[in-house]
Amino acid sequence: MTEPFTYLDAASAEPLHPAAREVLLAAADQGYADPRRLHRPARNAGLLLSNAREVVAEALGVRRDEVLFTSSGTTAVHAGLLGLGSHGIGHSAVEHQAVVDAARWSRRSPVTELAVDDEARVEVSAVQDAVRAGDVDAIAVQQANHEVGTLQPLDEVASAAGPVPLFVDACASMGRLPLPLAGDAVAGSARKWGGPGGVGVLVVRRAARWRWPFPGDEWSRTDQGFSNIPGALAAAAALQAVVAEREEVNARQHELISLVRERVRTEIPDVDVAGPADGRLPHLVTFSALYVDGEALVTALDRIGVGVASGSACTSDTREPSRVLAAMGALTHGNVRLSLTRDTTREDVERMLDALPGIVKDLRAEAGL
Amino acid sequence: MSAPTVTLDCRGQACPRPVIELGRHLGDIEIGEVIAVAADDVAAHHDVPAWARMRGQEFVGEVEAEDGVPVYRIRRLS
Repeated sequence: MTEPFTYLDAASAEPLHPAAREVLLAAADQGYADPRRLHRPARNAGLLLSNAREVVAEALGVRRDEVLFTSSGTTAVHAGLLGLGSHGIGHSAVEHQAVVDAARWSRRSPVTELAVDDEARVEVSAVQDAVRAGDVDAIAVQQANHEVGTLQPLDEVASAAGPVPLFVDACASMGRLPLPLAGDAVAGSARKWGGPGGVGVLVVRRAARWRWPFPGDEWSRTDQGFSNIPGALAAAAALQAVVAEREEVNARQHELISLVRERVRTEIPDVDVAGPADGRLPHLVTFSALYVDGEALVTALDRIGVGVASGSACTSDTREPSRVLAAMGALTHGNVRLSLTRDTTREDVERMLDALPGIVKDLRAEAGL
Repeated sequence: MSAPTVTLDCRGQACPRPVIELGRHLGDIEIGEVIAVAADDVAAHHDVPAWARMRGQEFVGEVEAEDGVPVYRIRRLS
């Protein structure tokens, strides 16, 4: 018998939503054909794909022809950003690596990093300055930060951007929060709302000056390549369910995260809880414990059956600390990001919180403090 | 900038070691004096100022050693 495991890493990937499971299996049998062909299986596949698009559009409150499916959230981010403008790019200092990578890969210049405050909120004046300098024709600001949960002031950003098109990475927030009104292109990732991996959603507003930036028909606003039809349908079913449940789930998660913030701060000495107490995503929190090795902390939690992520340098492939924590001036070592799934219970969270002070104390003692 | 009373050599040590050494040796200097740490670990650039903020000490600044390694200076306030 396997020991029970408390998975607190939903911000990396939420477990498949039960509403998606049956749809995925049924659609895998029905949706195999190429919807561009003229035979009956193709028509069936086309019907499923168009159904998925309809459901996603309705859940997000946009038009059907504004929804593109991509092969991942990362691809949606790359295409969403690089399809806007052709010269300089301005992006907040706390954007996901996918945004930073896209800007670098495009060789567009200049790439301006927009400063954030100590809660990771982008400085609207930095957006104004970048626009005023006149060499930026695309701006990227996320809806909510994927590491610390901070909600960005998108309406103010959009009005500061003026005529410069805005790309919004909503991968951390899509489904959990209403789609932002601001943004010419908005990207989402299905596995972060309980859909399957390998399905991204790119919303391109009808009025946006956007084109497909990779090989293919640049003026086409249809999915490029062979769509993952079962995946898109399952992602749509999960999104619909998450939107329907979000009022109840968000309230419950917000309260549990407030409990974590409070108990971590009062029960563990020398800990830095990053990001705002309010104006944040409901389901995640990041904190750093002074003098503690992030990898050791994640490993110790895994040993007691708790799975979390970390932004510390020692846990990353590049051995670089989290750009998000660095940009906001937060401690980068001893870092843990904890994110709740839709069915994380208070008991799960309390079990982790009860163990945490002892784990941190032991690790500090090992370090000679 | 005041000269440091104590300089810790943390070259080649990965995070969080340089900050641990700061924590262990802050008591070696008097209040008002400056402790320095030479650290080539990239995280130290962010974590030494964060440590000073969390521990209520003053981050004085960063200079470069002759070998190009950053040296961070902190004044003991408490």
